[in-house]
Amino acid sequence: MFFLENAWIIPSIPAASFFLILFVGKRFPNKGSEIGIVAVGAAFILSCLAGLAWIDRVDSSDHGAEAVTEAWTWWQSGGVEFTVGTLVDGLTVMMLFVVGLVSLLVHIYSTEYVKGDRRYTHFFAFLSLFTASMMMLVMAENTLQLIVAWELVGVCSFALIGHWWEEKANSDAALKAFITNRVGDVGLLVGVSILFFAAGGTFNIIEINTLANEGAITHLALLVASVGLIAAVMSKSGQFFLHTWLPDAMAGPTPVSALIHAATMVVAGIFMVARMYGVFWEGMSIPVANINLLALVGGVTTLVGASLAFVQRDIKKVLAYSTISQLGFMVLALGVGAWTAALFHLFTHAFFKACLFLGAGSVSHACHHSFDMVADMGGLRKYMPHTFRTFLIGSIALAGLPPLAGFWSKDEILAGASQLGGGGNGYPVVLAMGMITAFLTAAYTTRMVYLTFFGEYRGHGTPHESPKTITVPLWILAAFAVVGGAVNLPGKIVPDGWAYRFEHYVEPVAAYFPSVSHPEFQWGFAIIATLIAAAGVALSYAYWFQGRWHGVTERNKLAASGYRLLENKYYLDTLYTDIIVGSVKGPVARASDWVNTYIIDGVVNTAGERSAQAGRAVYTHFDQKVVDGAVNLSGTASSDAGGVLRLMQTGKIRQYATLFFAAATVLAGVLVVIV
Amino acid sequence: MTEFLDDWGLTLAIFLPLVGVAIMALIPKAEEQLHKAVALIASLAVVVVGVLLVVEFDFDRAGELQFLVDRSWIDVINSRYILGLDGISMPLMLLTMLIVPLCIIYSWNHFPEPHNPKAFLILILVLQTGMIGTFLAQDLILFFVFFEVVLLPMYFMIGVWGGEQRQYAAIKFFLYTLFGSALMLVSFLALYFLADGTDTIAGVANTFDMRALPEAATAVGITAQLWIFGGMFLGFGIKVPMFPFHTWLPDAHTQAPTVGSVILAAVLLKLGTYGFIRIAIPILPEAAIEWAPFIGALAVIGIIYGALCCLAQTDMKRLIAFSSVAHMGFTMLGIATLTDFGMNAAIFGMVAHGLITGMLFFVAGSVKERYHTLEIRRLGGLLISAPKMGWILGFATMASLGLPGLAGFWGEFPVILSAYNPAEGLSVEVFRTYMVIAAVGTVFAAGYLLWLYQRTSFGTPSEEFVNDPHIHDVEIPEWIAWAPMLALILILGVYPNLVFEMTDPAVGLVSELVAAAGR
Repeated sequence: MFFLENAWIIPSIPAASFFLILFVGKRFPNKGSEIGIVAVGAAFILSCLAGLAWIDRVDSSDHGAEAVTEAWTWWQSGGVEFTVGTLVDGLTVMMLFVVGLVSLLVHIYSTEYVKGDRRYTHFFAFLSLFTASMMMLVMAENTLQLIVAWELVGVCSFALIGHWWEEKANSDAALKAFITNRVGDVGLLVGVSILFFAAGGTFNIIEINTLANEGAITHLALLVASVGLIAAVMSKSGQFFLHTWLPDAMAGPTPVSALIHAATMVVAGIFMVARMYGVFWEGMSIPVANINLLALVGGVTTLVGASLAFVQRDIKKVLAYSTISQLGFMVLALGVGAWTAALFHLFTHAFFKACLFLGAGSVSHACHHSFDMVADMGGLRKYMPHTFRTFLIGSIALAGLPPLAGFWSKDEILAGASQLGGGGNGYPVVLAMGMITAFLTAAYTTRMVYLTFFGEYRGHGTPHESPKTITVPLWILAAFAVVGGAVNLPGKIVPDGWAYRFEHYVEPVAAYFPSVSHPEFQWGFAIIATLIAAAGVALSYAYWFQGRWHGVTERNKLAASGYRLLENKYYLDTLYTDIIVGSVKGPVARASDWVNTYIIDGVVNTAGERSAQAGRAVYTHFDQKVVDGAVNLSGTASSDAGGVLRLMQTGKIRQYATLFFAAATVLAGVLVVIV
Repeated sequence: MTEFLDDWGLTLAIFLPLVGVAIMALIPKAEEQLHKAVALIASLAVVVVGVLLVVEFDFDRAGELQFLVDRSWIDVINSRYILGLDGISMPLMLLTMLIVPLCIIYSWNHFPEPHNPKAFLILILVLQTGMIGTFLAQDLILFFVFFEVVLLPMYFMIGVWGGEQRQYAAIKFFLYTLFGSALMLVSFLALYFLADGTDTIAGVANTFDMRALPEAATAVGITAQLWIFGGMFLGFGIKVPMFPFHTWLPDAHTQAPTVGSVILAAVLLKLGTYGFIRIAIPILPEAAIEWAPFIGALAVIGIIYGALCCLAQTDMKRLIAFSSVAHMGFTMLGIATLTDFGMNAAIFGMVAHGLITGMLFFVAGSVKERYHTLEIRRLGGLLISAPKMGWILGFATMASLGLPGLAGFWGEFPVILSAYNPAEGLSVEVFRTYMVIAAVGTVFAAGYLLWLYQRTSFGTPSEEFVNDPHIHDVEIPEWIAWAPMLALILILGVYPNLVFEMTDPAVGLVSELVAAAGR
């Protein structure tokens, strides 16, 4: 219990480490990286202990364990005190484990990967801050705290994408990431506000979910709030049509891409939906519908991401689109009601995708920091055996072939899409999307492996295998990619004591969580899904390894235009960057400034000049001594500081004051009489 | 000690700077170091008084006026010398007390042309008296006097120590604000004539006593209330400044010397928003309900419009000035909801904006001093030329765009929240529309601020500055002046209750008056 009740210590360690590295890190022998590693290591160990404590808690209670919450006063308004605190349950400890482990491995990997970098110390400082923020996010006790952590991970992402800010392309990518996320955050702010009032003035996550479950909040409020929150998921978790920042975010160092833009930060959206599931369950009518916005967003995203992954030359871009696609899978799963499957996929994906990203980094480390598969890679399996083997393992897991981790989680999602939903009819549309994606995923993964590791080496020089600080993390992640699926094996395959452990420990059994149903494992369905993935591999193998059907885009008009559409990323970047942002920054902003200068300020200046003229007219025709002051005061550019100074010196300030008060009194008299 | 503070604490807080001024007036102009020392000591003495007041302040009764002073002043019009400190005044008073010494320290080694530290520092101290007085006065005439006292020093500061177009900017600032205060005074006088304070704490029919007026003004007819509120709206609204009365602000900021800009942004703008919460709304809640949708509309227009103008600016200081228009839009939206949530957030927003935008102007001033230009196109690579300053600018930028964990957030999100559920009597649909527009405004804020940061700090320095020996990193006086502000931005961001705890009880009373009027 100690580790559950004092969970606040876990993020505090890397948070302290951030300040330590920032202010004194450079004085340490390893320039601060050791502080980060020790801090994140400690946080990871505490996370594991919290996990064990949670398992113990679940085992020792009959009806599922209640979440452990702690809260302290944070601020007050309207006589109500609002708290900040920790909420620890199975979901939290699972996320803590993933974040802690991947972060620790990325830290170790980075000591080699960014060695000698111009901002080595800052890099580790921000990794620490990120780890702290992400851990804070997953143990947020209320929605406001969620927003805080949500934005903090965003700012770390900004800083790390723009790590090499000397080049404009990198800082552009950082800005794009931050601002696109801000667009989604509008939904978050609105959604949280709606839920605050709908739940009778509370940010408390457990209370809001409980009320939503009990039907104490109107469907309309939940619907609008969940639509708002989905906008936030779209930006943070790279869902169509706010996903465009994520591929650009690859401008950051590769370990950052692995940690932030694959394994952890981008799943914040998934986590948030999972955390607020009571709201979505009712708001999106998940148990009774056969299609809903959440499932549709996930479905479309997973297709869009997978299709775009095909045309990338840059290995990190393939992985980025693949991440988008896989995140879409998770959202889809949440949308159809397969809560556990979504989180299970989050869990396995974190390992195999981090493995793939770090593998890509290892490859580029060998190939003169290039990520271009077509120009600078090929045939690397001979030169980099460890990287090759781990990358292959990650790829098989990503392609969803049994018995690796990715297969089990993917299968559970697809089974969910086919079995859950209203009348047990499943979600046919998103099921089809998921199936197509399974096919595409297998195919583009094969292409990526071929281009990188097979064929002839196309770069210059002789590539070399990376040192142990890089390969050891790769092997650890690869091991998880192999066995990670074992935590939630179906009951039809393993004895009861081993089956569905993930579901047992992670899924809350409490009033704040809806009573979700679980898809059943079916041999026939699993075999079909596997065959589809295998077909993807086979077709891609035939095209790339055996060289069949090459030149199809030259011969076939339809294929050519399809390819162009994909190459231009469905023209979304053109729409956002050139049309929307371009016009706001350019003509719209200039027009506002013009209105400001010539109309609003024009009125002011004209009024000033007219009154100065009037003043001058009065001055020449009426009593000079009394009105003199007013003229000086109502002049514009013609008057100067001396005018008022003179007024003061000659005692005319008293005349002014008298005049002023007299005029005001008269006006007030008029007002009093009229009304 | 307690008794002494009760009687003299607030008076000292207001007039100690003038003691400094009196001493400085006797010292010859050439004794520059002495002038600086005296000014600094005077402002630090005020800080000491402030600390004592905080220590003696009873936070459990933050809603009541404490250290109350009530003496006869201008008997013919029943205007009295009433001072009091409650949870609304406290944060703003402390902000002022903090900013002034920091400004003096910042100017220590580089007074803007035409130099003359004596006059410059005297003006700052007079300004301080006016500002603190405004936040403590509980009599309308007294309030008005302090409100106006602020004008002249700032006028001279811009007009004498300002940039190339200083005279135009100074006179515009002066006249525009004066125009507003004239109408405000008309409103005060109309209140005096119309309200009936016989049965209140004032004990006389015609009164300027701000404690008595909420009750006394219930006698005023609704039409008259609307007109009176209108006058106050112009007076305070111009000071804030609200769209479309904001055009004096960019000019004043761009031309003012650095500390002038800092004081202007940090404190002067808050006199307007403070006026709404302290005077206009509690005294005339019925009129406030009628006016609120209109104020809210102008506020959200200001948010979007200010942001768009920011995107068009080519001068860093002018951009920051326009960002004030957008940020004060948030504050005014919070006030327009007439709820405790909204007004609490507004006060927090005032303090946060004071610290953050003050900080941004400080950095802009230091950049100007090193580069001799603030043209964004020519800047760039600040993180290379002066890395620490680049970091500080980044920190302030992030705070300004409302990053949670830093102070700006707490003046922004609670405002958006409060607009979802405005006070009784206000149209929910209208304010929810405002809420969404304001939320969209946060996107724009990120846009213009990060774009500014990208153009000034990222990248590499342009050729003309790459080997410029004038461009050096943060100096000692700058560190001393900035460190407290940077620390406070972080501390208030992490633990906002430091402010909310004070404001909430006091604001609660105001919102109760509105709620009573709305029924």
